[in-house]
Amino acid sequence: MIYDFFYNLTGSALFSGLFVAIMPLLTFILPFALFAVLLERKVAGHIQDRLGPMRVGYHGLLQTVADIIKLIQKEDIIARENDKLLFNIAPVLTFVGSYAAFAVIPFSSIFLGANLDLAIFYIIAVTGLVVVGILMAGWASNNKYSLLGAMRSAAQIVSYEIPTIIVILSIVMITGSMSLMTFSENQTQYFWNWYIFGGPEFNLKKFLLIPFMFVGLIVIYISTLAEVNRTPFDIPEAESELVSGYHTEYSGMKFAIFFLAEYANMFAVSALIATMFFGGYHSPFGYLGNLLNIPWMIPVEQFFWFISKGIFFVFVQMWLRWTLPRLRVDQLMTVSWKYLIPISFVNLLIVGIISLI
Amino acid sequence: MAEYIKNIYSALITILVGMKVTLRHLFIPSVTIQYPDVKIPLPERERNRLYVNMDDCIGCDQCARACPVNCIEIETVKALPGEDLGKTSNGKKKALWVTKFTIDFAKCCYCQLCVFPCPTDCIYMTYVYEFSEYDRNNLIYDFATLTKEEREEKKENYRRFIEQKEKSKSEKE
Amino acid sequence: MSVRTEEMVLNMGPQHPSTHGVLRLELTLEGEIITKVVPHIGYLHRCFEKHCEVMTYPQIIPYTDRMDYLAAMCNELGFVIGVEKLLAIQVPERVEYIRVIMAELQRIASHLVAIGTYGADIGAFTPFLYCFRDREKILNLFEITCGARLLYNYIWIGGLSHDLHPDFIRLTKEFIREFKPNLRELNNLLTYNKIFIDRTANIGILPLETAINYGVTGPMLRASGLRWDLRKDDSYSIYNKFDFEIPIGEGKMGTIGDSWDRYFVRVREMEESIKIIEQAIEQIPDGDVTAGIPKRIKPVVGHIYSRVENPRGELGYFIISDGSATPFRVKVRAPSFVNLQVLDVLCRGHMVADVIAILGSVDIVLGEVDR
Repeated sequence: MIYDFFYNLTGSALFSGLFVAIMPLLTFILPFALFAVLLERKVAGHIQDRLGPMRVGYHGLLQTVADIIKLIQKEDIIARENDKLLFNIAPVLTFVGSYAAFAVIPFSSIFLGANLDLAIFYIIAVTGLVVVGILMAGWASNNKYSLLGAMRSAAQIVSYEIPTIIVILSIVMITGSMSLMTFSENQTQYFWNWYIFGGPEFNLKKFLLIPFMFVGLIVIYISTLAEVNRTPFDIPEAESELVSGYHTEYSGMKFAIFFLAEYANMFAVSALIATMFFGGYHSPFGYLGNLLNIPWMIPVEQFFWFISKGIFFVFVQMWLRWTLPRLRVDQLMTVSWKYLIPISFVNLLIVGIISLI
Repeated sequence: MAEYIKNIYSALITILVGMKVTLRHLFIPSVTIQYPDVKIPLPERERNRLYVNMDDCIGCDQCARACPVNCIEIETVKALPGEDLGKTSNGKKKALWVTKFTIDFAKCCYCQLCVFPCPTDCIYMTYVYEFSEYDRNNLIYDFATLTKEEREEKKENYRRFIEQKEKSKSEKE
Repeated sequence: MSVRTEEMVLNMGPQHPSTHGVLRLELTLEGEIITKVVPHIGYLHRCFEKHCEVMTYPQIIPYTDRMDYLAAMCNELGFVIGVEKLLAIQVPERVEYIRVIMAELQRIASHLVAIGTYGADIGAFTPFLYCFRDREKILNLFEITCGARLLYNYIWIGGLSHDLHPDFIRLTKEFIREFKPNLRELNNLLTYNKIFIDRTANIGILPLETAINYGVTGPMLRASGLRWDLRKDDSYSIYNKFDFEIPIGEGKMGTIGDSWDRYFVRVREMEESIKIIEQAIEQIPDGDVTAGIPKRIKPVVGHIYSRVENPRGELGYFIISDGSATPFRVKVRAPSFVNLQVLDVLCRGHMVADVIAILGSVDIVLGEVDR
């Protein structure tokens, strides 16, 4: 939609493509990453009965800016034995893997990068790039502990993609299409039309689906938590474990890119969950624009609802991080292969049977 | 099978209980203070930097002997019979010139063992606790009130007095 | 073609983020499983026992504080009890009560550090801060009494250095009132959390026979099933006047003697200490605390071994006196030093990630191990 808009404006395919690629980055991801780093530190502080950053700016609001300036002016260290090409490309690949998913997520009814028919398929495929980036980072560091950490992280991400995909499959079965725009449009009007409560049609199918939707939500929430390497699954990044993570050898801006990638990824999966289960950009109870008869205000409102749902799920991820201890590597694998995958399979079967009714 | 379901159930319940605890704490006001802007007053018995009131010091060396790390160094010179050094605040007559009284605060362990034996209560702990320095030698505090020339003078006087006593004793024999 | 594996030696160096001080562990691994652990100590040796040969008895007390810096009151108590037996003096009853209250408050503070840092090693960062917030209140109580928060020089030979502050009893009651719900909250957040139980149950099992053979004492021995506590079995000071229980490990979440049991024994011990403090505050008599301090401390020629129940185990002082103002020899039996020997037995057969969980449950303080 934005692509069409800019194409009509400028008449050049190149420019419109460029705009479409850069706009979510500039208007959304960078400010969000700035905001998310600060939110994490403030939330951590208040949960622990302390204040968090307070000195830079009013109550620490400019803290991330100070952090970025510090990271930019740091020396970019590359050891002699490192594989230079892989070392330099790895952070970029990781970032691209998480950032490319934003192209198909509908922020509001007109703010959508590209209306693909296979949006979900595209997202699943593209987030696989993250694994490549991590393995490259571990290998190019020329450090046996980084390599071990990278392999564990890759194993973790790959094993947790399976329950994610299975739950996504169950939602696709109910909707009948893979486009995220269709998902959002189906869940219009009021909050009882959301997929978490069974879907827009009021019949027996809706009420039968509700418990299985909740099970699906929990399974996909846990799996996406593991995909973005957050506690309780943050073995790759933990400092107090013996083996250091895949990003130990990185300093300065490259390290900042890894972290930017993590926060972008967090928002991407939260946005995905919000779109699939909680109505996407629709508001729970009608629009103010409809009430006051101002039609152009509706997309703005939708954008606002979408962002708040995304930030709420990001907040829940942070809340979990500061509550739970860490899982050991083999326990991590047990949770995925022995618990989440069987549960999601059974869930898929039952949802499939119900959708035939 | 029952074990499996029990595991899932207990995991979910304990995680939710833990999350409830942390959520409650999100709304409790914080217990920390912003230190350089806000300072809480310390209790009265607090053990901070020492101070010596040289007007009351009689040079008895009790504090230096009580110190477990030997951070107090005292050197005294006996006063000549005619000199009058004055009285301390609780009426004792002073008989020694204190030529050196240094406390090395880098060594001091703030144990307060020097405060108790002092007969005139001239050494005590103050409320000062922010006294860091860049150079370690600046932490050696010199409390003696005599100037450098006066110290030399007193030592000279005493040495000459002892010499004279020796001479008069050997003359008598 | 068979795969050739060889043993790898991994060094968990003197500096690592899992607190506990400067300890070097040399792990021999086969794949991911540990076959041998050799601890290298001595990075914090400060010649305590040599210093004692040239200092007088009152001067030694600040030095005993600094051995186990998280449980300073109990260190002083052990030394002072030994010297008082050599001098054959009896202290007033008020002094005994105050000493017991201070030792039990110190026990709670030390266990809070142990629990908090154990949670932080496992990955739960929040209970660490909750424990330290409660510990702040205890340190404030100590601060108004004797002026210092960590290294007190409060328990002197024959008495105490200061009497209780007039606000002390009121503030202690307030602390106890606020601590009981906090302890319940800590249990909800950490102790019964399924992830924490999975990380610590059935890890590092210490059988009772092995524990007794190695000379392990304190919460580690009690977690293996033996109800042995010096406060009841070799009672010193006035502990026989109080009514409290000794918690032992019962294997509720795994086997008897695993890390969860050691952790849980410490949590239960904090509850029992609260009971002792409440009883002591009720029964405390009046009196003068500095009256019994002798002017000259010159014990008779002889030797004595006095022991107290440190939060980490049995702390023993063997004092040989030759009749002068300085002791001839003071030898310290540090509980963490003895408990550290068992690390090799505990870690065999576990994975590398478990070493940190096991080390945290042993609860060592390097100041005590190295003296």
